[in-house]
Amino acid sequence: MLDDTDRRILRQYQATPEAPAAELAERCGVTATTLARRLDRMRNTGVLRGVRGMIHWPALGYTVEVSLRITLDKSRPQAFEEFAEAARQVPEVIEIQTFLGQVDARLSVIARDMAHYQQVYRGQILTLPHITDIDALMHVARLKTDESLPL
Amino acid sequence: MIDLDETDRALIRALALDATQSAGALGRELGLSQPACWRRIKRLREAGVFRGLRLDLDREALGFGVTVFLGVKLATKGRVSLQDFERAVSAIPEVQTVEHVLGMYDYRLRVVARDISDFERVLRRRIMTLPGVGNLDANVLLSEERLPGPI
Repeated sequence: MLDDTDRRILRQYQATPEAPAAELAERCGVTATTLARRLDRMRNTGVLRGVRGMIHWPALGYTVEVSLRITLDKSRPQAFEEFAEAARQVPEVIEIQTFLGQVDARLSVIARDMAHYQQVYRGQILTLPHITDIDALMHVARLKTDESLPL
Repeated sequence: MIDLDETDRALIRALALDATQSAGALGRELGLSQPACWRRIKRLREAGVFRGLRLDLDREALGFGVTVFLGVKLATKGRVSLQDFERAVSAIPEVQTVEHVLGMYDYRLRVVARDISDFERVLRRRIMTLPGVGNLDANVLLSEERLPGPI
Protein backbone atom coordinates (compact mmCIF):
# COMPACT_ATOMS: atom_id res chain seq x y z
CA MET A 1 0.00 0.00 0.00
CA LEU A 2 0.98 3.62 -0.40
CA ASP A 3 2.20 5.65 2.53
CA ASP A 4 2.54 9.39 3.01
CA THR A 5 6.00 9.44 1.43
CA ASP A 6 4.68 7.79 -1.74
CA ARG A 7 1.86 10.30 -1.93
CA ARG A 8 4.26 13.18 -1.38
CA ILE A 9 6.47 11.86 -4.18
CA LEU A 10 3.54 11.54 -6.58
CA ARG A 11 2.26 14.99 -5.63
CA GLN A 12 5.62 16.62 -6.32
CA TYR A 13 6.30 14.51 -9.41
CA GLN A 14 2.98 15.31 -11.05
CA ALA A 15 3.44 19.03 -10.31
CA THR A 16 6.74 19.15 -12.24
CA PRO A 17 7.29 15.95 -14.23
CA GLU A 18 10.22 17.58 -16.07
CA ALA A 19 12.26 18.22 -12.91
CA PRO A 20 15.57 16.32 -12.60
CA ALA A 21 15.50 13.41 -10.13
CA ALA A 22 17.90 15.10 -7.71
CA GLU A 23 15.68 18.16 -7.45
CA LEU A 24 12.56 16.04 -7.04
CA ALA A 25 14.21 14.02 -4.27
CA GLU A 26 15.15 17.18 -2.44
CA ARG A 27 11.63 18.62 -2.65
CA CYS A 28 10.20 15.36 -1.35
CA GLY A 29 12.70 15.29 1.50
CA VAL A 30 14.09 11.88 0.54
CA THR A 31 17.41 10.66 -0.85
CA ALA A 32 17.81 9.99 -4.57
CA THR A 33 18.05 6.26 -3.80
CA THR A 34 14.79 6.25 -1.86
CA LEU A 35 13.09 8.21 -4.62
CA ALA A 36 14.25 5.77 -7.30
CA ARG A 37 13.23 2.75 -5.20
CA ARG A 38 9.79 4.16 -4.41
CA LEU A 39 9.11 5.12 -8.03
CA ASP A 40 10.23 1.67 -9.19
CA ARG A 41 7.89 0.03 -6.74
CA MET A 42 4.96 2.22 -7.82
CA ARG A 43 5.71 1.35 -11.44
CA ASN A 44 5.84 -2.35 -10.63
CA THR A 45 2.56 -2.33 -8.72
CA GLY A 46 0.92 -0.36 -11.53
CA VAL A 47 0.06 2.75 -9.52
CA LEU A 48 2.35 4.74 -11.82
CA ARG A 49 1.58 3.40 -15.28
CA GLY A 50 4.02 5.69 -17.01
CA VAL A 51 5.04 9.22 -17.83
CA ARG A 52 3.51 10.20 -21.15
CA GLY A 53 4.63 12.90 -23.52
CA MET A 54 1.57 14.92 -24.48
CA ILE A 55 1.65 15.71 -28.18
CA HIS A 56 0.87 19.29 -29.11
CA TRP A 57 -1.02 18.53 -32.31
CA PRO A 58 -1.05 22.08 -33.71
CA ALA A 59 2.77 21.87 -33.96
CA LEU A 60 2.28 18.91 -36.29
CA GLY A 61 -0.23 20.77 -38.42
CA TYR A 62 -3.42 19.56 -36.74
CA THR A 63 -5.07 22.83 -35.80
CA VAL A 64 -8.66 21.65 -35.35
CA GLU A 65 -9.87 19.62 -32.38
CA VAL A 66 -13.50 18.67 -31.99
CA SER A 67 -15.24 16.83 -29.20
CA LEU A 68 -18.05 14.70 -30.54
CA ARG A 69 -20.69 13.73 -28.00
CA ILE A 70 -22.42 10.65 -29.25
CA THR A 71 -25.68 8.91 -28.42
CA LEU A 72 -25.75 5.24 -29.35
CA ASP A 73 -28.61 2.92 -30.20
CA LYS A 74 -28.67 0.95 -26.95
CA SER A 75 -31.28 -1.49 -28.23
CA ARG A 76 -28.36 -3.15 -30.03
CA PRO A 77 -26.61 -5.49 -27.58
CA GLN A 78 -23.05 -4.90 -28.83
CA ALA A 79 -23.50 -1.21 -29.63
CA PHE A 80 -20.70 0.13 -27.37
CA GLU A 81 -18.15 -2.52 -28.33
CA GLU A 82 -18.78 -2.32 -32.05
CA PHE A 83 -18.80 1.46 -32.04
CA ALA A 84 -15.51 1.65 -30.09
CA GLU A 85 -13.87 -1.01 -32.25
CA ALA A 86 -14.71 0.92 -35.44
CA ALA A 87 -13.70 4.28 -33.91
CA ARG A 88 -10.26 2.86 -33.02
CA GLN A 89 -9.59 2.35 -36.72
CA VAL A 90 -9.91 6.09 -37.49
CA PRO A 91 -6.41 7.61 -37.18
CA GLU A 92 -7.75 11.09 -36.39
CA VAL A 93 -9.58 9.83 -33.30
CA ILE A 94 -7.25 10.42 -30.35
CA GLU A 95 -9.58 9.64 -27.44
CA ILE A 96 -12.58 7.39 -26.88
CA GLN A 97 -14.58 7.71 -23.68
CA THR A 98 -17.82 6.08 -22.58
CA PHE A 99 -20.22 7.56 -20.04
CA LEU A 100 -23.18 7.11 -17.82
CA GLY A 101 -25.38 10.12 -18.42
CA GLN A 102 -27.04 11.99 -21.24
CA VAL A 103 -24.19 11.17 -23.55
CA ASP A 104 -23.03 7.61 -24.24
CA ALA A 105 -19.63 8.20 -25.75
CA ARG A 106 -17.28 10.94 -26.70
CA LEU A 107 -14.60 11.04 -29.37
CA SER A 108 -11.80 13.56 -29.62
CA VAL A 109 -11.11 14.09 -33.29
CA ILE A 110 -8.27 16.17 -34.69
CA ALA A 111 -7.87 17.49 -38.21
CA ARG A 112 -5.50 19.68 -40.19
CA ASP A 113 -8.16 22.28 -40.99
CA MET A 114 -11.92 22.59 -41.35
CA ALA A 115 -11.94 21.08 -44.84
CA HIS A 116 -10.02 18.05 -43.58
CA TYR A 117 -12.33 17.83 -40.55
CA GLN A 118 -15.36 17.84 -42.83
CA GLN A 119 -13.80 15.01 -44.82
CA VAL A 120 -13.04 12.91 -41.71
CA TYR A 121 -16.47 13.64 -40.24
CA ARG A 122 -18.40 12.65 -43.34
CA GLY A 123 -16.23 9.81 -44.47
CA GLN A 124 -15.22 8.13 -41.23
CA ILE A 125 -17.29 9.35 -38.29
CA LEU A 126 -20.83 9.38 -39.66
CA THR A 127 -20.26 5.86 -40.95
CA LEU A 128 -19.45 4.46 -37.47
CA PRO A 129 -22.01 1.87 -36.35
CA HIS A 130 -25.01 2.41 -34.00
CA ILE A 131 -24.91 6.21 -33.78
CA THR A 132 -28.30 7.83 -33.20
CA ASP A 133 -27.19 11.39 -32.45
CA ILE A 134 -24.02 13.51 -32.52
CA ASP A 135 -23.30 16.91 -31.05
CA ALA A 136 -20.06 18.73 -31.65
CA LEU A 137 -18.06 20.96 -29.33
CA MET A 138 -15.19 22.80 -30.93
CA HIS A 139 -12.12 23.35 -28.76
CA VAL A 140 -11.19 26.98 -28.40
CA ALA A 141 -8.56 26.82 -25.65
CA ARG A 142 -7.15 24.56 -23.00
CA LEU A 143 -6.83 26.37 -19.69
CA LYS A 144 -5.79 23.54 -17.44
CA THR A 145 -4.43 20.31 -18.79
CA ASP A 146 -2.20 18.66 -16.25
CA GLU A 147 -4.80 16.14 -15.03
CA SER A 148 -3.23 16.24 -11.58
CA LEU A 149 -4.92 14.26 -8.84
CA PRO A 150 -5.58 16.11 -5.54
CA LEU A 151 -3.35 13.71 -3.58
CA MET B 1 5.53 23.45 -39.43
CA ILE B 2 8.16 20.85 -38.68
CA ASP B 3 9.06 18.25 -41.32
CA LEU B 4 9.07 14.71 -40.03
CA ASP B 5 10.57 11.55 -41.40
CA GLU B 6 9.68 8.00 -40.34
CA THR B 7 12.30 7.99 -37.58
CA ASP B 8 10.93 11.23 -36.10
CA ARG B 9 7.46 9.72 -36.11
CA ALA B 10 8.69 6.61 -34.35
CA LEU B 11 10.41 8.82 -31.77
CA ILE B 12 7.25 10.83 -31.15
CA ARG B 13 5.24 7.63 -30.72
CA ALA B 14 7.82 6.25 -28.27
CA LEU B 15 8.02 9.46 -26.21
CA ALA B 16 4.23 9.81 -26.12
CA LEU B 17 4.14 6.40 -24.46
CA ASP B 18 7.17 6.75 -22.19
CA ALA B 19 8.84 10.13 -21.98
CA THR B 20 11.43 8.98 -19.44
CA GLN B 21 13.45 6.90 -21.91
CA SER B 22 16.98 8.11 -22.47
CA ALA B 23 18.30 9.14 -25.88
CA GLY B 24 20.67 6.16 -25.70
CA ALA B 25 17.89 3.63 -25.11
CA LEU B 26 15.61 5.14 -27.76
CA GLY B 27 18.50 5.31 -30.22
CA ARG B 28 19.29 1.62 -29.78
CA GLU B 29 15.68 0.75 -30.49
CA LEU B 30 15.57 2.89 -33.63
CA GLY B 31 19.08 2.18 -34.89
CA LEU B 32 20.48 5.65 -34.10
CA SER B 33 23.58 6.66 -32.19
CA GLN B 34 22.96 8.33 -28.85
CA PRO B 35 24.03 11.81 -30.11
CA ALA B 36 21.95 11.50 -33.31
CA CYS B 37 18.91 10.47 -31.30
CA TRP B 38 19.48 13.27 -28.78
CA ARG B 39 19.66 15.82 -31.62
CA ARG B 40 16.38 14.59 -33.05
CA ILE B 41 14.65 14.75 -29.66
CA LYS B 42 16.01 18.25 -29.12
CA ARG B 43 14.69 19.33 -32.53
CA LEU B 44 11.23 17.92 -31.77
CA ARG B 45 11.14 19.62 -28.36
CA GLU B 46 12.22 22.94 -29.85
CA ALA B 47 9.49 22.70 -32.47
CA GLY B 48 6.97 22.41 -29.63
CA VAL B 49 5.84 18.92 -30.55
CA PHE B 50 5.22 18.14 -26.87
CA ARG B 51 3.15 20.39 -24.67
CA GLY B 52 4.34 18.70 -21.52
CA LEU B 53 4.50 15.46 -19.60
CA ARG B 54 1.69 13.74 -17.80
CA LEU B 55 1.87 11.12 -15.08
CA ASP B 56 -0.42 8.26 -15.96
CA LEU B 57 -1.65 7.17 -12.54
CA ASP B 58 -4.05 4.43 -11.54
CA ARG B 59 -6.74 6.72 -10.15
CA GLU B 60 -8.72 3.95 -8.51
CA ALA B 61 -5.69 2.59 -6.68
CA LEU B 62 -5.11 6.09 -5.32
CA GLY B 63 -8.67 6.30 -4.04
CA PHE B 64 -10.31 8.34 -6.78
CA GLY B 65 -13.14 6.14 -7.92
CA VAL B 66 -15.18 8.67 -9.86
CA THR B 67 -14.40 10.90 -12.84
CA VAL B 68 -17.13 13.18 -14.12
CA PHE B 69 -17.18 15.42 -17.15
CA LEU B 70 -19.17 18.57 -16.62
CA GLY B 71 -20.46 20.77 -19.39
CA VAL B 72 -20.84 24.28 -18.05
CA LYS B 73 -22.91 27.00 -19.63
CA LEU B 74 -22.33 30.46 -18.22
CA ALA B 75 -25.50 32.22 -17.12
CA THR B 76 -24.73 35.86 -17.44
CA LYS B 77 -22.22 36.44 -20.16
CA GLY B 78 -20.98 39.98 -20.26
CA ARG B 79 -21.65 40.51 -16.57
CA VAL B 80 -19.15 37.93 -15.41
CA SER B 81 -15.68 38.13 -16.76
CA LEU B 82 -14.51 34.94 -18.41
CA GLN B 83 -11.11 35.40 -16.79
CA ASP B 84 -12.67 35.40 -13.31
CA PHE B 85 -14.51 32.19 -14.03
CA GLU B 86 -11.44 30.58 -15.60
CA ARG B 87 -9.16 31.54 -12.75
CA ALA B 88 -11.60 30.32 -10.10
CA VAL B 89 -12.36 27.03 -11.80
CA SER B 90 -8.71 26.26 -12.55
CA ALA B 91 -7.86 26.71 -8.86
CA ILE B 92 -10.15 23.87 -7.73
CA PRO B 93 -7.90 20.88 -7.00
CA GLU B 94 -10.51 18.31 -8.04
CA VAL B 95 -10.87 19.95 -11.46
CA GLN B 96 -8.28 18.20 -13.61
CA THR B 97 -8.84 19.88 -16.93
CA VAL B 98 -10.62 23.00 -18.13
CA GLU B 99 -11.37 23.44 -21.80
CA HIS B 100 -13.05 26.40 -23.41
CA VAL B 101 -15.36 25.04 -26.09
CA LEU B 102 -17.82 26.29 -28.64
CA GLY B 103 -21.18 24.59 -28.93
CA MET B 104 -23.86 23.61 -26.41
CA TYR B 105 -21.52 24.49 -23.54
CA ASP B 106 -18.94 27.13 -22.84
CA TYR B 107 -16.56 25.02 -20.77
CA ARG B 108 -15.83 21.39 -20.34
CA LEU B 109 -14.40 20.28 -17.00
CA ARG B 110 -12.93 16.99 -15.94
CA VAL B 111 -13.58 16.47 -12.25
CA VAL B 112 -12.18 13.69 -10.10
CA ALA B 113 -13.63 12.58 -6.75
CA ARG B 114 -13.33 9.75 -4.25
CA ASP B 115 -16.91 8.59 -4.76
CA ILE B 116 -20.30 9.96 -5.73
CA SER B 117 -20.92 11.68 -2.40
CA ASP B 118 -17.50 13.30 -2.57
CA PHE B 119 -18.39 14.42 -6.09
CA GLU B 120 -21.61 15.93 -4.77
CA ARG B 121 -19.60 17.90 -2.22
CA VAL B 122 -17.26 19.25 -4.92
CA LEU B 123 -20.19 20.10 -7.15
CA ARG B 124 -22.21 21.91 -4.49
CA ARG B 125 -19.46 23.67 -2.60
CA ARG B 126 -16.95 24.40 -5.29
CA ILE B 127 -18.50 24.37 -8.73
CA MET B 128 -22.03 25.64 -8.27
CA THR B 129 -20.65 28.56 -6.28
CA LEU B 130 -18.40 29.74 -9.14
CA PRO B 131 -19.17 33.17 -10.57
CA GLY B 132 -21.58 33.01 -13.48
CA VAL B 133 -22.36 29.29 -13.61
CA GLY B 134 -25.64 28.56 -15.38
CA ASN B 135 -26.55 25.17 -16.80
CA LEU B 136 -24.54 22.10 -15.89
CA ASP B 137 -24.54 18.73 -17.56
CA ALA B 138 -22.78 15.82 -15.88
CA ASN B 139 -21.58 12.58 -17.43
CA VAL B 140 -19.84 9.93 -15.34
CA LEU B 141 -16.83 8.41 -17.07
CA LEU B 142 -17.07 4.64 -17.48
CA SER B 143 -14.07 3.94 -19.71
CA GLU B 144 -11.38 5.86 -21.46
CA GLU B 145 -8.79 5.03 -24.06
CA ARG B 146 -6.18 7.28 -25.59
CA LEU B 147 -4.98 6.45 -29.05
CA PRO B 148 -1.67 7.32 -30.71
CA GLY B 149 -3.31 9.57 -33.31
CA PRO B 150 -2.26 10.22 -36.91
CA ILE B 151 1.48 9.96 -36.38
